[in-house]
Amino acid sequence: MTATYTYPKYAYRRPPELDGPSARRGVVVVGAGPVGLAAAIDLAQRGVPVLVLDDDDTVSVGSRAICYSKRTLEILDRLGCGEPVAGKGVGWKVGKVYQGSELAYQFDLLPESGHRRPAFVNLQQYYFEEALVNRARALPALEIRWRHKVTHVAPAADGATLRVATDDGEYALACDWLVVCDGARSPIRRLLGLDFEGQVFRDRFLIVDIRMAADHPAERRFWFDPPFHPNQSVLLHRQPDDVWRVDFQLGWDADPEAEKQPERILPRLTAMLGPDAHFEIEWASVYTFQCRRMQRFRHGRLVFAGDAAHLVSPFGARGANSGIQDADNLGWKLSLVVAGRAPEALLDTYDAERVAAADENLRNSTRSTDFITPKSAVSRTFRDAVLALARRHPFARRLVNSGRLSVPAVLADSPLNTPDAASFAGAMVPGTVAADAPVTGACGPWLLDYLGGGFVLLVFGEGVDAAAARALCAAPVPCRVVQVGGAGGADREVIGDAEGLVAARYDGRPGTCYLVRPDQHVCARWRAFDAAAVRAALARATCRPPET
Amino acid sequence: MATLVTDPNIAAPDDFYEALIEAHRGLTDAQSALVNAKLVLLLANHIGDAGVLQAALAAAREDVASA
Ligand SMILES: Cc1cc2nc3c(=O)[nH]c(=O)nc-3n(C[C@H](O)[C@H](O)[C@H](O)COP(=O)(O)OP(=O)(O)OC[C@H]3O[C@@H](n4cnc5c(N)ncnc54)[C@H](O)[C@@H]3O)c2cc1C
Repeated sequence: MTATYTYPKYAYRRPPELDGPSARRGVVVVGAGPVGLAAAIDLAQRGVPVLVLDDDDTVSVGSRAICYSKRTLEILDRLGCGEPVAGKGVGWKVGKVYQGSELAYQFDLLPESGHRRPAFVNLQQYYFEEALVNRARALPALEIRWRHKVTHVAPAADGATLRVATDDGEYALACDWLVVCDGARSPIRRLLGLDFEGQVFRDRFLIVDIRMAADHPAERRFWFDPPFHPNQSVLLHRQPDDVWRVDFQLGWDADPEAEKQPERILPRLTAMLGPDAHFEIEWASVYTFQCRRMQRFRHGRLVFAGDAAHLVSPFGARGANSGIQDADNLGWKLSLVVAGRAPEALLDTYDAERVAAADENLRNSTRSTDFITPKSAVSRTFRDAVLALARRHPFARRLVNSGRLSVPAVLADSPLNTPDAASFAGAMVPGTVAADAPVTGACGPWLLDYLGGGFVLLVFGEGVDAAAARALCAAPVPCRVVQVGGAGGADREVIGDAEGLVAARYDGRPGTCYLVRPDQHVCARWRAFDAAAVRAALARATCRPPET
Repeated sequence: MATLVTDPNIAAPDDFYEALIEAHRGLTDAQSALVNAKLVLLLANHIGDAGVLQAALAAAREDVASA
């Protein structure tokens, strides 16, 4: 237990299936971790009834994720629980890397203003999950069953049959779709004998959360070879409640049990923080890290997401952050398929897009880990050479890799994108997450308040006539029109470009249109509105045959 | 696109070679390895061109089989 946090205990309830017939379910989610909860909230918000099964009755225990990215916060905003996470979390954007005790390199993850959310917030994973549970409980279409452990899964062509163990006995449950978010050890992945290829890094890390009143700025600080922990690295992060995360590299030969003992930890902390520092240990654990993923995330009616599907080292904060993006990607697709508005092939694009994103995360995480834990003498020599050069030469600072922090995946190669036919300046290529910007309008002061949920056609100026806007809203997969500037009627939302940043970030000359997916990714854009082109792009983005 | 220059390009090759060996004078093997690594990184940044760097990596590895 920690001194600053009281773990909620969610009540187990005897399931009706033990006393009567078991009704078939549409979608069942296994695992109420960050990813399962996000997926379930997204589906329920879209009106898809969801049952979540979790074998535990509380939130994540101990020291796990702390750094949540801007994109995660934006997704949580869409899911109706961004505020408790962003509000409680400690925002930061500057990272400092030290070699010995000298500052070698410093980076700013969000140098520009005009975004609702900061580059990162730090927050203990239990608070994060608690915010999601609270949101989940407010949704009538969502039911969570605590202390319900899935012990067996039999996949079928049209769904799956589960066995679920409870305190009162076991029951069977059939469903059309199973979303598997049961974490890194994924019992379901193992039960089904599915692959999980990759590598384990031969290193150990002591992760300690301490409580300490200190007013260091909220920055990420990373040391290579500091005087207080020679030859190894150390990472320091600030969390709410005066809690600090310290991460000591120990080397492969360290004894994980012995290193967890306070008598071993205290001298390390005193060496780092000085003899006069007052602190209390909240939690300590020793980890080894791995980088691996499943070959495919979709297996028929089973869809894997989060740590169950892919695992990275924490340098870069790409674990939960990528899992939340999985949920973001899956929610709208599965809801369209369940509603019969898109073919099952749409879910293969979940696989394609999120496998590509996982590879990007694995690549970055592996590179960071290879820099922090060199695998050979020569790799160590080059690492030390980079650090030595970084003190004097700017070019070498770019090579220092203490973790490349999570940024949203750009789904540039997605089959759902319509290639550009005109040229555009800026970053908003198809596949990119729509950039935020300050706006004026009825639904809030940020552009992202108007994007997402369903498809949106973001238009600059009055180029879409009323009949065309109404037709888009009435299409089988509806598309709302959001217009930047000008006047408009009930068939669209009109927003003002408060600081000119929407036009700047989207190269939004008058007439320009962007088609934005329900997960806020850009999937097509044009220099002028063309109803047929928009319909074709919508069909493509939902794997539907082109309309004739 | 730039290509890796493998024809003679250094005006006074013997001078350069002597300076290269001289740069390692008085160093242990470990220190020499560090100096070499720094040299590689400095030169690589000077070259910059990814194609040339790839070609140089491949040429350096040529005829050296995995142990
Ligand atoms: C030290 C450390 C630091 C980290 N730091 C960061 C960070 O800063 N940023 C970041 O983004 N990520 C970080 N991560 C990674 C992050 O914690 C994970 O990526 C994240 O928890 C994955 O969420 P998940 O929902 O996929 O799985 P989990 O959180 O593991 O949740 C799985 C859930 O499934 C349940 N379950 C398992 N089996 C069954 C079953 N048979 N039946 C029913 N329920 C079951 C479990 O009880 C659990 O609730 C860190 C991880 C560690 C260890």
